[in-house]
Amino acid sequence: MLDFSNGQVPLQAYLLVAAILFCIGIWGLINSRNAVRVLMSIELMLNAVNINLMSFSSYLDGELIRGQVFAVFVITVAAAEAAVGLAILLSLYRNRVTVDMERFNLLRW
Amino acid sequence: MNLSNSTELICFLVLAAVVVSGSMGVVLLENIVYSAFLLGGVFMAVAGLYLLLNASFVAAAQVLVYVGAVNVLIIFAIMLVNKRENMKPIEGLQLRRLVSGGVCAAMLALLFRVVVKTPWELPGPPAIGEEATERIGEHLFTDYLLPFELASVLLLMAMIGAIVLARRDVLVEDVGTGQPVDQGLIEKSDTPLLPDQSIS
Repeated sequence: MLDFSNGQVPLQAYLLVAAILFCIGIWGLINSRNAVRVLMSIELMLNAVNINLMSFSSYLDGELIRGQVFAVFVITVAAAEAAVGLAILLSLYRNRVTVDMERFNLLRW
Repeated sequence: MNLSNSTELICFLVLAAVVVSGSMGVVLLENIVYSAFLLGGVFMAVAGLYLLLNASFVAAAQVLVYVGAVNVLIIFAIMLVNKRENMKPIEGLQLRRLVSGGVCAAMLALLFRVVVKTPWELPGPPAIGEEATERIGEHLFTDYLLPFELASVLLLMAMIGAIVLARRDVLVEDVGTGQPVDQGLIEKSDTPLLPDQSIS
């Protein structure tokens, strides 16, 4: 399946690490009750996507490295998302005095 | 198998183990402070993976932005909202965890199959290695100029939005009733503004 025989790291190994990281992130996103941990899980998923982009850019697009440019943009958007997300979390905490995701249910029908 | 190749392989295996076990710790540990510091470790390990992929610029950006900014921001948020609260037990939580774990494992199996079965066109064109930083600069100022400028606008919007959302309330008295307004940012002892509907 994975060919480590010539000593080089195959592309598939990077992709598998990214897949594992993404699935852990999704599990954490669904199951966390602390709102801060939800944001951490989102960061994990973004990092998994970045690993995918970087490995494709290194193995399949070594000449133009468009994947690295995309990774830089993803990092930018992730930083903006973290800032806004934590600000929303702070104002939620001010209103509800909890970070329990199960109690943010005003819009649940 | 020569020395440099086996060194690369060992580095990759160590970094991959750190990434996977660290992210498991991030989602599974009870104490959120441990999770935050483990998240920093995961980010550093991901930066190491980027170095293995000949991307020194993005690795530096990863360390600066994620470890230096995002992780510190998360730790600050934890310090601001870190009240020990015993979360109310909800029924079916274990079942929910098991079912979502099953769904995630199934998706992982699907991704594994895709990764292993796809005939990747390897080897691709030769990697340019250390010139990558220059090439990224060329891309940013030629064919990716519009996204680059949009990213600056996005960062400005996020900055203003975060300031507006997280700003402390500066009104001295309530506009409607004339009562003095509670100025406490965090330790608010009075009842929440919105009715608690979780009891019903």
